[in-house]
Amino acid sequence: MSVTRSNPILTVGKYLALSGYLVFALFPLYWLVKIAITPDRLIFTEGTDLWPSSTTLDNFRTVIFQTDFMAFFGNSLYVSLGTAAVTTLIAAGAGYAFSRFDFGGKKVIVAIMLITQMFPLLMIIAPIYKIVSSLGMLNSLTSLIVVYTAFNIPFATFLMQSFFDAIPKDLEEAAMMDGCTRFQALRKVIVPLTLPGLGATLGFVFTAAWSELLFALMLISDNASMTFPVGLLTFVSRFSVDWGQMMAAGSLALIPSCLFFIFIQRYLVQGLTSGAVKG
Amino acid sequence: MARMELRGVVKRYGTVEVLRDINLDIADGEFIVLVGPSGCGKSTLLRMIAGLEPITEGDFLIDGARMNDMRPRDRDIAMVFQSYALYPHMDVARNMGFSMEIRRDPVEEKQSRVAQAAETLGLSALTDRLPKALSGGQRQRVAMGRAIIRDPKAFLFDEPLSNLDAALRVEMRLEIARMHHRLSATMIYVTHDQVEALTLADRIVVLNDGDIQQIGSPMDLYERPANRFVAQFIGSPTMNVVPVEGRDNGVQLRNGAVVSLPNVPDAKEAASLGVRPEHLELVADGQGDLVASADVVERLGSDTNIYAQVEGVGEIVVRNHGNTLVRSGERFGLRIPPEQAHVFSSDGTAILRRS
Repeated sequence: MSVTRSNPILTVGKYLALSGYLVFALFPLYWLVKIAITPDRLIFTEGTDLWPSSTTLDNFRTVIFQTDFMAFFGNSLYVSLGTAAVTTLIAAGAGYAFSRFDFGGKKVIVAIMLITQMFPLLMIIAPIYKIVSSLGMLNSLTSLIVVYTAFNIPFATFLMQSFFDAIPKDLEEAAMMDGCTRFQALRKVIVPLTLPGLGATLGFVFTAAWSELLFALMLISDNASMTFPVGLLTFVSRFSVDWGQMMAAGSLALIPSCLFFIFIQRYLVQGLTSGAVKG
Repeated sequence: MARMELRGVVKRYGTVEVLRDINLDIADGEFIVLVGPSGCGKSTLLRMIAGLEPITEGDFLIDGARMNDMRPRDRDIAMVFQSYALYPHMDVARNMGFSMEIRRDPVEEKQSRVAQAAETLGLSALTDRLPKALSGGQRQRVAMGRAIIRDPKAFLFDEPLSNLDAALRVEMRLEIARMHHRLSATMIYVTHDQVEALTLADRIVVLNDGDIQQIGSPMDLYERPANRFVAQFIGSPTMNVVPVEGRDNGVQLRNGAVVSLPNVPDAKEAASLGVRPEHLELVADGQGDLVASADVVERLGSDTNIYAQVEGVGEIVVRNHGNTLVRSGERFGLRIPPEQAHVFSSDGTAILRRS
């Protein structure tokens, strides 16, 4: 056994770097929550203090019971879950095909999918708006699901393909020798092993759709079908910004993403396929 | 139980021909080993028999029925993969019983068959483990258990032992031989290891570069190789092959020595002469057909390999039983016994001896 003794200075340095990064990444979240629980009268007087002298949940109460926030929240949930489900389903199918089959035009399709990822979204907002409006789908949440799905499929497909690529072909072939059809082999052997990949893709697409602002802003103007990021802007009025309520709404909006990742994180743990092949 | 026939089977990937005109009859219960260097097409041939790879041309029949368009699941053949291909999310028992689960066989029957197979393979204590908690040898056993559980028409093995260490490989080789005796099922086994081929096979099929070089029993291949490729592929150390010129009743080596071969009528056609290391006779310096000087002497206990230089001929390997007294640097004579000499024509085909 040759375990190299780690240099204590390096270890300390490593943890310093990690904590530095954590502070950098988490501080804005902390600030969000801090302002959300600061009473309105203290926001400006104690603006830069790390912790307010008194705290309150009033902002949360107001946001939940006296604004349209819950409606926005519901809309966002519907759009994000819908997008995540539809995208992952399509991406899983496409990723499997890219990983396992050779077919004419495969390279061309991959190239086109890559190209779609190269353009800034701003460039295509106008045409998308035009298309959606001619279809009479403005102000509908379904239009958002369709648009988000279209934009997320290429990346999600590549992601799923890499997960399928990591599963040895031998496993499917063994299942087929054991009497499975290709579809049974997929369902009984491949899908259970792809759960981490499905989880990762679901999570990725869900968060992307959850925080999308640009298209939601363009395609939705009706208060009743606003998603949460658009709704958040309603806290900015012409004359003032209601910081406390805005931050409270922001904090609440974090909850679904956090729950989602807590739920799927056990599927994200790698190594599920270890022991399949070789020693 | 199955009789198999390959009739003019061809495999092409685009324009690349990887297998040409393969004809092979496999008798019921026969153990056939496909052997050859990597890239010779042996695994592709096995996968075509399994149904995992389409057959470009020709026919494959099991018990007279054409199988070309049958799916793997309809061929009733079990296969053991080189990588074992155990289902990582299923425990040992479910891995072994998976084929019966798919066929919806009665649960009690499945359980009793799994228990029986686990017993035979020494896996009884491990049935609730996941593959990742098993050693290489145990995984190999599970893979074999998965194959035997369903009593298929035939078994296919794709280099099943190549991921195991040397000791385990010998053990599992014996296990497979026992399995064949016990089940007397048709088995087709792919390997690049000639020891596995020689020890397991009823008949060996030697493949090179997409062509069958020779089909025969292990001793056929050893004693009567059809060409230089087979001669040098089978046997360890490799057969010595040296260039010669044909004479009326023998061959002349490059150093001028003439080996008389009265039992080879067409010796005139000869372009090379082959002698297995174990057939060369060690004689005193100055006697025999060749004068050699020992380069490296490997003592293996039961045998000794002498790597020697022969003037005008090149390197020759001699294998001697027991411990010889030859030391490196020493000179000695070598006699080529005519009855053990193999003669090849310029295209590598063996020139037949009169027996």
